[in-house]
Amino acid sequence: MKLLRIPFAVLLAAFLATPLAAFAGAPKPVVKIENPGQCIAPADEMRRNHMEMLKHQRDRTLRQGIRGEKASLNECINCHASKTTGTVTGKDGFCQECHSYAAVKLDCWDCHQPKAGKHNAAHAETMGAKQ
Amino acid sequence: MHLEQNSRAEESLFYILAAFGGLVTVIGLAAALYMEHSGHVVTGMNNQVVWGIPHVFAIFLIVAASGVLNVASIGSVFGKTIYKARAPLSGLLALAMLAAGLAVIMLDLGRADRLIVAMTHFNPTSVFGWNVILYPGFFAIVGIYLWTLMDRKMNPYYKPAGFAAFIWRLLLTTGTGSIFGFLVARQAYQSAMLAPMFIIMSFAWGLAVFMIAQKAMFAWNDVPLHPQIRARMKNLFGTFIAAVFYFVMVYHLTNIYFAKQTAFEQFILLTGGIYPLLFWGGYVFLGTLMPLLLIYLPSLNRIRGSVMIAAALVIVGAFCLLFVFIIGGQVFPLDIFPGMQVSSSFYDGKIDSYTPSLPEILLGLGGFGIAFTATTIGVRVLKFMPEDDIVKLQSAGHMLD
Amino acid sequence: MNEPQNKSRRGFIGVAAAAGAGLGVAAIAPGLHLIEVSQANPTHAPSQGASSQVRWGMLVDTTKCASGCDACVKACATENGINETVQDERQVAQWIRKIDLTDPKSGRRHSLPMMCQHCAEPPCVDVCPTGASMKRADGIVLVDRHICIGCRYCMMACPYKARSFVHQPLTAQNPEVPRGIGCVESCTFCVQRVDKGLKPACTEACPEGAMLFGDLNDPNSEIAQRIAREATTRVRADLKLDQGVRYQGI
Repeated sequence: MKLLRIPFAVLLAAFLATPLAAFAGAPKPVVKIENPGQCIAPADEMRRNHMEMLKHQRDRTLRQGIRGEKASLNECINCHASKTTGTVTGKDGFCQECHSYAAVKLDCWDCHQPKAGKHNAAHAETMGAKQ
Repeated sequence: MHLEQNSRAEESLFYILAAFGGLVTVIGLAAALYMEHSGHVVTGMNNQVVWGIPHVFAIFLIVAASGVLNVASIGSVFGKTIYKARAPLSGLLALAMLAAGLAVIMLDLGRADRLIVAMTHFNPTSVFGWNVILYPGFFAIVGIYLWTLMDRKMNPYYKPAGFAAFIWRLLLTTGTGSIFGFLVARQAYQSAMLAPMFIIMSFAWGLAVFMIAQKAMFAWNDVPLHPQIRARMKNLFGTFIAAVFYFVMVYHLTNIYFAKQTAFEQFILLTGGIYPLLFWGGYVFLGTLMPLLLIYLPSLNRIRGSVMIAAALVIVGAFCLLFVFIIGGQVFPLDIFPGMQVSSSFYDGKIDSYTPSLPEILLGLGGFGIAFTATTIGVRVLKFMPEDDIVKLQSAGHMLD
Repeated sequence: MNEPQNKSRRGFIGVAAAAGAGLGVAAIAPGLHLIEVSQANPTHAPSQGASSQVRWGMLVDTTKCASGCDACVKACATENGINETVQDERQVAQWIRKIDLTDPKSGRRHSLPMMCQHCAEPPCVDVCPTGASMKRADGIVLVDRHICIGCRYCMMACPYKARSFVHQPLTAQNPEVPRGIGCVESCTFCVQRVDKGLKPACTEACPEGAMLFGDLNDPNSEIAQRIAREATTRVRADLKLDQGVRYQGI
């Protein structure tokens, strides 16, 4: 039985080292800015405060009806949506990349449309002309 | 039950029971997770019947939880001595069942992940909003009450704690009844009577649950329940069952009297298929008439276990009544244009049908699992077993023939 | 991506504050704007928000409403992105629906659109535990889906069955009308259009011109003048909810 101590120790060391390896080597998110230089605030400020900006503005927009303020989620999406996928979620999605890394679940997309573009733009304009 | 006296058989029985309760609970949780992940599309609930089987289970548990505390209140507030020994078990059952009922309701929410939001955003005109205060308050007050009962140092304070618990649970059950009573537009609800009716229902259902739990504990410990204690509790039970029936009768008679309610009452009591069946067969016959006969008819109440059968039947009747009340009240269409026949693509003017789905039923049963497991573990860990000192009670004159 | 250092962060805040103050001073000079909105959003100032001076309302002339027509329903579904397929028709969201009425004694039939009545005393707002069901200052009743927990109590409370619950995950929402699983929703008077000065989609789409939308508080608006001149009723007026939607011909 004493012989088994050595392979056991090796296995234990490997087992303990694996999470350390994971911590050391976690891939940083790859953030692709599709329209650089046009954000409403510098990157550092956005990274730290975008959640507060969105949270306060959502109440002003929804509950008070104030439209056109700068931290508009739709404007963020239109600017930041990946040019290849057209959305801010999924692989290489602008929001998804950092949020996966930080392990902060996003439930915005349960309700909000993550794809860029004015849906119904064509419909809206022809609405009055219909029938 | 003292830990050092357990036989191996008792130990294994405990673990088996706890494991069984745990399994039912875990299955319920899995069902809730499935419902939350896929959305309520997998349930039988829809835009007409918005509250289904989980709510039937949850409301039973919540109402019975408040009612089971009554046993303790009769001892602490009304001073009836034989009930004082039963107060700790009653408190434990109250906590376990309220936790279970709350768990079922909260897991059925469309966005159960937003519980923190529910606790931090408060609308004072909403009964659900009040419940965010009333339910945790109930836990705290009953917790303190149990402490005063079971910790010798705190015993002098049991009366004010018992009184606070009594008043608090009246508020809580009034709130539960008012959830429905405040709905002005629904023919099945919109009645001030629902608040006192729910209180009386809590008395009957709580006592039924208590007696079953008490019987199980006495059987487990191989201790007989003194026939006079059994008789007194049985008679009290009968009174409560009759009182519930009185309220249900007055509620329906008043509704029948109003022309605008006649169509609804016809549906619930006569033509509605499953609803009259559950009402008359389930609630009136099985849940009221049979238990009353078992309790009061001398030829029947001599039968061994007759009170237990009566208690079980009352619980069956309670579920039938709640099903008719909650779901029957929703399948009947809203009377948006009184006097007119209506039809639409949204089930206006049409009686809906509701079929409970498996995830809903498993979630409801999971609630029972939580209550059962919590109670089983609780009675094992602490001294909840009512111990009646018969000699002392007789000499003090509390056991009059 | 560089990790921000404490020292450089303080320095940055100092510079940003100075820059902000500088820009603020510059903005006081007339005719100059703060250049801080994104390119995608042309520079216009935020709106004032909903005002209690306004009370939005609707008038439906049911004598003009055609029985088989559901143009309003289709327009609402298109505008608000209500496009999911649901197997059980009772789980489908309906913000507006056509109701066909028959008088059982006389046999007279007519039809009308039914939607959220935007009551001034909404039962749905009273019962919502979190305050998600709310009334905006201009009378539009909305659901704040950020705090809706999906308890469906408002659906029990509504006398008009105006509310729907979203039973499944959605993916094809209109960006201007967020709606999603587990939350309750109802007609918003197309608030995203109203806030731009447009009319609700149903009103625009009605081929018979049976629906009229406007400011009930403005004595010069067409709706206010018609309501003052002609007889109108509110559905379940006995409940005294002071709805914003009135009907004629029922």
